[in-house]
Amino acid sequence: MAVDTSTIAKMASLARIEISDAESGEAAARISQVLDLVDQLQAVDTQGVTPMAHPLDAVQRLRPDDVTEPDQRDTFQSLAPAAEAGLYLVPRVIE
Amino acid sequence: MEWETVIGLEVHVQLATKSKIFSGASTAFGADPNTQACAVDLALPGTLPVANEGAFRYAVMFGLAVNAEIGKRSVFERKNYFYPDLPKGYQTTQLAEPIVGPGHVDLELDGGRTKRVRIHHAHLEEDAGKSLHEDFHGMTGIDLNRAGTPLIEVVTEPDMRNAEEAVAFAKKLHNIVTSLEICDGEMSQGSMRFDVNVSVRPKGEEKLGTRTETKNLNSFRFMEEAIELEVERQISVLESGGTIVQETRLYNGDTKKARSMRTKEDSNDYRYFPCPDLLPIMLDDDYIESVRQQMPELPEERRQRFINDLGLSDYDATQLTSDRATADFFEASAKASGEPKLAANWIMADLAAYLNKQELSIDQSPVSPEQLAGLIARIKDNTISSKIAKTVFEAMCAGEGDADAVIDARGLKQVSDTGALEKIVDEVIANNQAQVDNYRNADEAKRPKMLGFFVGQVMKASKGQANPQAVNEILLKKLSD
Repeated sequence: MAVDTSTIAKMASLARIEISDAESGEAAARISQVLDLVDQLQAVDTQGVTPMAHPLDAVQRLRPDDVTEPDQRDTFQSLAPAAEAGLYLVPRVIE
Repeated sequence: MEWETVIGLEVHVQLATKSKIFSGASTAFGADPNTQACAVDLALPGTLPVANEGAFRYAVMFGLAVNAEIGKRSVFERKNYFYPDLPKGYQTTQLAEPIVGPGHVDLELDGGRTKRVRIHHAHLEEDAGKSLHEDFHGMTGIDLNRAGTPLIEVVTEPDMRNAEEAVAFAKKLHNIVTSLEICDGEMSQGSMRFDVNVSVRPKGEEKLGTRTETKNLNSFRFMEEAIELEVERQISVLESGGTIVQETRLYNGDTKKARSMRTKEDSNDYRYFPCPDLLPIMLDDDYIESVRQQMPELPEERRQRFINDLGLSDYDATQLTSDRATADFFEASAKASGEPKLAANWIMADLAAYLNKQELSIDQSPVSPEQLAGLIARIKDNTISSKIAKTVFEAMCAGEGDADAVIDARGLKQVSDTGALEKIVDEVIANNQAQVDNYRNADEAKRPKMLGFFVGQVMKASKGQANPQAVNEILLKKLSD
């Protein structure tokens, strides 16, 4: 399956990644190769096989519903570029 | 043309676990910003989710309460989008294998009509943080306390046909989750949020019309208003030859207006995929059975108990179990007074009228269940008449204290003392000689009606405090002398 450069542009936009026009062609070719491999896998008969949710054949362990995390806001906010009144500040977003 | 409305709902229910779904941070409401946002919630590099058993237990309880199949294997997926209140860049949610499968809820509507609404599925997911757009030097403030709070998103089939049915479903869901104690039900704090999918079609048409989704309604009233407004809009667009655009809309409860938020064309492509940080959740029959054993009483079970054990009518029991807080209030009051029927009457009539007028919820009632029981006890032991009880109740609502305190302070104690009553009756007879003569000359058959005049006079003279039964007896005796 071939991926064209407009699909690359859309994916880049969704993933917030900058891909220049020069890089776009090569990215399309490489991703097309990956999808070719997927096409080969599609040929396998998977009738009656439960789709794999995780490569490890294991089951999620659950923890008891207890509060175990203390407040470490000051430590965490020392990493943030900007914080005020306990809030993390980010460039303005309006819906 | 006659139009038919089709409504489906998506309901976000915040689960009342102590800690978050994937971290040990607290979920308590109202804490200082970011004091309950730990490294996992902030998506700091190297952190991994640790799933909370409580969230699964509550989701299973919900599934059992709506007669649903429980997903014994459920899988978390990543829903990818970028927003500052979602630090990981994806929401951990379920898609292909949710924890709660198809189920249903039966509604009791006005006029004794019932209606079944099918649940498509309900899935577990995490809530996002909050963005505060007030001015922080042109920046947006982010509070991540809510990030990671467990939610179930309940998705219905498009089974509702008008706003009344949608609101009845929403109220029933609220009743179920609060009765199960899996959600605090505080809608003003965002504990339950409704997204409403609405479309219209010509009556008799099978094919569904194009729908719009109105998001994040947080009260039953706004939900009803938003649906009615949207139905009206869609019909007017169609009748003037236009077409409905599939879009997300926002309703403003203050201005009573809705606006388009985004159309389908530029909607997000969320690129779901199974979350590699979480293994499949496997729940076995023993686990599900143990959850069933721990389930608190459901509204329907409580309704049956009120009928069978407390002797309420079907109607009263249905009314009193339509929400959790009312049922709790009634039960406490019935227990304290030992008079379920009287307690039911007072709650559904006088208390409901007062709360309605003051726009209070029953949680905010100025009269406690025990205080109401105190009032009922004074009616029962003939200290006051039912009529005087209404005055006492009003005074209790106004904060004048318990029934006994009000009765004492206002001197409302019913007079049953024969000597005192005879004195009043003698005065009334002396002051109304003409009526007395009429009475004595009247037919035996007409007398009972005429007696009412004298009872009224005695009650008036006693300021309503005379025991009506005793007054009747004394009057009959004296008038026939």
